[in-house]
Amino acid sequence: MGEGLCGNGRILFSIRFRPQGGPVSGAVVRPPAGTVVVPDPASGPAAPEIRIRPAHLRPPADKVFRGMARGSGIAVLSLMTLIGLFLGLRAQNALSADGFKFVTTQAWDPESHNFGIAGVLTGSVLIALTAIFFALPLALGTALFISEYAPPRWKKGLIAAIDLMAAIPSVVFGLWGFFFFEHNSVGTTRWMSDYLGWIPLLHLRVDTNADDVGNPLASTSYYTGSTFIAGVVVALMVTPIACSVMREAFSQAPLGEREGAYALGATRWGMVRNVVLPFGRGGIIGGTMLGLGRALGETIAVYMVISMTFKIQGHILGKGASSVSALIALRYGASSTFAISALMAAGLSLFLLTLVVNFGASMIVARSRSGAESEA
Amino acid sequence: MPAAATAATTVTTVTPATATTAATTATTVVPPIAPADAAGPELRRGVHAVLREDVYALLGSLTAAVAATAVIFTWLAPWNDPIGFVACAYLLFLVIYRITLSQDHDRPAVRDRMVGAVVTTLALVLFGTMADVVYFTLVNGRHALGHLNFYTQDIHLTAPKDPLTKGGILHAAIGTLIEISIALAITVPLGVLTAVMLNEMPGRLSRGVRTIAEAATALPSIVAGLFVYGTLIVPFGHRSTGLLRTGGLAAAIAISVMMLPIIIRAADVVLRLTPGSLKEASYALGAGQWSTVWRVSLPTARSGLTTAVILGTARGLGETSPVLLCAGLGRDVNVNPLHDPMTPLPLAVFSMIRSPEPGMIQRGYGAASVLLIVVLVLFSTARLLARRNRSLTP
Repeated sequence: MGEGLCGNGRILFSIRFRPQGGPVSGAVVRPPAGTVVVPDPASGPAAPEIRIRPAHLRPPADKVFRGMARGSGIAVLSLMTLIGLFLGLRAQNALSADGFKFVTTQAWDPESHNFGIAGVLTGSVLIALTAIFFALPLALGTALFISEYAPPRWKKGLIAAIDLMAAIPSVVFGLWGFFFFEHNSVGTTRWMSDYLGWIPLLHLRVDTNADDVGNPLASTSYYTGSTFIAGVVVALMVTPIACSVMREAFSQAPLGEREGAYALGATRWGMVRNVVLPFGRGGIIGGTMLGLGRALGETIAVYMVISMTFKIQGHILGKGASSVSALIALRYGASSTFAISALMAAGLSLFLLTLVVNFGASMIVARSRSGAESEA
Repeated sequence: MPAAATAATTVTTVTPATATTAATTATTVVPPIAPADAAGPELRRGVHAVLREDVYALLGSLTAAVAATAVIFTWLAPWNDPIGFVACAYLLFLVIYRITLSQDHDRPAVRDRMVGAVVTTLALVLFGTMADVVYFTLVNGRHALGHLNFYTQDIHLTAPKDPLTKGGILHAAIGTLIEISIALAITVPLGVLTAVMLNEMPGRLSRGVRTIAEAATALPSIVAGLFVYGTLIVPFGHRSTGLLRTGGLAAAIAISVMMLPIIIRAADVVLRLTPGSLKEASYALGAGQWSTVWRVSLPTARSGLTTAVILGTARGLGETSPVLLCAGLGRDVNVNPLHDPMTPLPLAVFSMIRSPEPGMIQRGYGAASVLLIVVLVLFSTARLLARRNRSLTP
């Protein structure tokens, strides 16, 4: 809202801009050209954008600019649509050949028409769930620590450190997982499979030799290349992202209510439980789902760590795991068009899964933000 | 006041630490009445006081837990796994800490301290593990990083068993440089212009573009690579049938597909934060839309836009999976993105550490360290630039 005052303070004209604070396209005010501004007080906040200058009077630079901007928008739109379209079209070939078997088959042999995503997609989901099992408490605890428990002067540094972690290349996590974590976790994995085997997913069947179950001298190679190890590595990669979303939500908890809780005699935990966590609930759910989406699509670190299998693996501690992205990385060199079409179908199913998860996340995050925040 | 003072003196005989706190509480109950107008700006009271007895309880419980675990592990249970040791010690610590606290606190206070301990531990675990990831890479990479030839040679003349004084990662460094330059040349103009469009021309088109860009951030990077591979390189199942050969340009396009949505979204957020009053002032002075964007919006958001681009670059540099399919594995320096394989750094790391030779694996660690350092330096630059103009960062 701009108001023009003449010398004696009387309001001569007033310009009402669009109330959303959105950009005013075309609302060009130029007094020398004989401005005629028609304020419309009756229509209130829903007043439509006022076009002062008709399109044919725009300077040529504006016309070129608007054309280019619109062109780039259309280019991005068509490029991204094209990707989805091409994936769908190329996948169609494989999907129509095998129909519903694609969803139920636990093998990958496109040449003999025996392939399906039952095993690999389950593997992807298992790895992502294992990752979230570790990432959720880590991210939640770290976000709470940074926003509530850390000394105020550490805060900036810690936030920067979390952002730096999010930038570490995935191949570096793969190195760490493959050469360091796998060797150092065998003892714990063995203990878990021996003593916690009654928990369904942790049960480890060693098919080759029944005597090895619970045998402390069983070869350590039974415990490598597993869903568990891949899940831990992926958890480290997604924790920073989830953590920064959660921290952002926590920091928006209003100061007045925090101090109100303290004034009523709450301890710090009482304040966090009754003010910060309820305010940040959307951020917690959204951050977790965002991390889940990233975990589903992670390729290189998983590919480096796991030993690939196409069956559904019910035991996450034992050798053998699978994931759609690792499957693509393993088999892209296949020479036939049909094999690549099959991979496209697998990629498309993964994309659809991450799409659903990501949109869910952004919806939850957006809904949790109160109307008081105009930005973001 | 006298009652409080006697209370303080009686406590003094028991423990000095509680006496101090009791005395402070006693004084804060009745604050000195100062003239209202003489008071300066009110100082914020810190609620993060650390009491000495809490520190004692923490250290004591920690010592007890570690000692007890050491006894269990050396005498009682034949189990010598470092992760198990830490886990067992931590569980014992929580139990002992809880018992110690309940000696002189009520239940809400005990619960508060316990949660504080758990939250701090979780943060420590995360930061410690990340530090270990970085440390592990740099320590193993130091053998290769010390040789000058590591930066000035490629590996096409290097046999797998050659010592570290032969061969280097020059080909991968040049490959990364060329590919990221092409990707930036595609994504920066397109991404920033699209973000400007999203902000300057609200309407159905921009809503569609925004939704699509958000959807595209969900595209797994390997699927972006597979798209370029399957449509541009081998559309009909043969390497000779595609528009492109495996190489730099294909890899750059795959990286661009992945970077574009990131840059658009970050730039969109930054441009949206440009103060509306500045733009209105520009329009009021008679400027057109183009000159307002060029002289007001973009300069105001400059540092935020730089951050957006650097964030995208760091992501594009570190991604391995899209280039795995499109770049091809080369062993010598190649400066032509249209021809022959052009291996970027992450892919070089990936191929080197899959070699069975320890020398090659050490080169892989070296290349990973270089990649890590480059990405971290880029990211820190982005943070510094962002700090210069705080209000306009994503």
